[in-house]
Amino acid sequence: MVNKLPANGSTELLSQDNGSDTESQVVDRQQDQNLPADQIPIRFDETWFSYNSVPVVRDINFSITPGEFAAILGPNGSGKTTLMKLALGLLKPTSGQVLLFGEPAETFTDWHKVGYVPQRTQATESRFPASVREIVNFGSYSGFSPLSIFKRDKSNRVDEAMEMAGIAQLASRRVSDLSVGQQQRMLIARSLVRKPELLVMDEPVAGVDAAGEEQFHTMVRRLNRDLGITIVMVSHDIGAVMREATTCACINRDIVFHGPVHQLDAQALSGLYGFPVDVLMHDYEHTHR
Amino acid sequence: MPEIFQYEFMNRAILASVLVGATAPAFGVFLVLRRLSLIADTLSHVALAGVAIALLTKTFAPVVALIATTSAAVSIEELRMRRLLPGDAALAVFLYGSLAVAVVLISIADGFNSTLFSYLFGSVLTVTQTDLWWMAALAIVISVFMLMFSSELAQITFDPDIARINGVRVHLLNLGLAVLTGATITVSMRVVGVLLVGALIVIPVLVSLRITQGMTRTVIASSIVGVFVAVVGMVIAYYADIAPGGTVVLTAITLLVAVELGAFLSRSLGRHSRDPDLANHSHSHESHAHGTVDDSHGGQHSH
Repeated sequence: MVNKLPANGSTELLSQDNGSDTESQVVDRQQDQNLPADQIPIRFDETWFSYNSVPVVRDINFSITPGEFAAILGPNGSGKTTLMKLALGLLKPTSGQVLLFGEPAETFTDWHKVGYVPQRTQATESRFPASVREIVNFGSYSGFSPLSIFKRDKSNRVDEAMEMAGIAQLASRRVSDLSVGQQQRMLIARSLVRKPELLVMDEPVAGVDAAGEEQFHTMVRRLNRDLGITIVMVSHDIGAVMREATTCACINRDIVFHGPVHQLDAQALSGLYGFPVDVLMHDYEHTHR
Repeated sequence: MPEIFQYEFMNRAILASVLVGATAPAFGVFLVLRRLSLIADTLSHVALAGVAIALLTKTFAPVVALIATTSAAVSIEELRMRRLLPGDAALAVFLYGSLAVAVVLISIADGFNSTLFSYLFGSVLTVTQTDLWWMAALAIVISVFMLMFSSELAQITFDPDIARINGVRVHLLNLGLAVLTGATITVSMRVVGVLLVGALIVIPVLVSLRITQGMTRTVIASSIVGVFVAVVGMVIAYYADIAPGGTVVLTAITLLVAVELGAFLSRSLGRHSRDPDLANHSHSHESHAHGTVDDSHGGQHSH
């Protein structure tokens, strides 16, 4: 069934140029207040980041709550990846702060709670000699330990993670011989070994074929629903966001929209991309679920 | 006993080849995989500037070169990490800057002499007992560093951001790696010379990447290949009475060509012997997968 979303109904969520909080931000903060700070996976608090004095992201205020499947949506160059790097402490905010489980992200130390899947790794384009199992076993790293080379890997957890990510049969394959989709599953498995509470992914299916993309999303959906892992996925694929995510933050330097995906309409998308957008909706319930 | 082992200087040279051949490529694995091979070339030119300073001031060249390479390694890493200069630009500045310093100092010292020539291209005759002690000490330091930080180095090499989020102290280890690379180059230059030491760091790694799998195995294989080419090159240099730098690197390149050729032939033969039905099977599987997704497309289209 195909529906056309009404192009109204969420005007109040679109802009924060006037500097005041959007309705969704107010709701966010009310929800946040009910949770202890160390249980909120990510919280942006008046966060700004600039490269050479040019703001890349401006005055970001929103939180990602436990169990959420949050998508960060935006056009190229909108600051999506910068937002994610701020959340992971890979960049330091120019002003404001980002809290990761209640601690400032740049001084966060409890990394076993966090899994990260980048869009690409530098290793996949070289003849990186490690096997899939070796990479997945990186996930069991728990800090510096002299002579760790002589320790056996945590076999059960590594096996379980590879099974869960559907790459058990690839364990002895060389990393550089994997397809892009298989590499992304391997990175997910590496994160799962740590039993994370939060999994952050930066455009994980860019360059993956349609079949691989579908398999990938099915797996991530299970991690969110069955294991309760909070998911943050940077994406520019509106269709995937609408199908998979529960909430969405649309960014184009500012947060243009933040709220449940079902509230994401043509007007919000027009605000995001800066030109009129018509929206055609299939059923939300995916045929493969 | 073969004639070559009857001379004490040759025994020292062979022992030096073993130490240098084992240590230089072990580090090379992490540099090559991170596409930082140029750092070896840059630091070797910095070592040359250090040698020129030592020759001019009549001080012990390896120590001056070690101070120069260590300082340069730390500076390059800081510039790169603080994003004050793009990584390759920082390397270029140090490479050409140190070469210019060396040229100026060599001109002031009134040109080339045989000592400088031995540092540029290596020498069978000039490896001293003191050099050997330096090399042995460095080999121990490098072995301990790599054993202690094997997991961290592998993670940083795979992806520094993932490593950082895994709790690895990326900046500190990068500094350690850069400093030890400088030290490796300093002691290796007695055997292969500053102009060719980069090749000993890179080429054995390329050979081992082709013949083995697994991080630890690759590091060990690189060291074995490094020892092999350094010793064979040194022996050839002795019998042909030429500078060992050239023979070591040419031996390494010959081995690399042989291994790449072997891999190419193996792939070609494998392709011919494969079951022709396999291609049809994988094609039909792909079609099936595509069909599945066609059925499933949903969500939202935007124009």
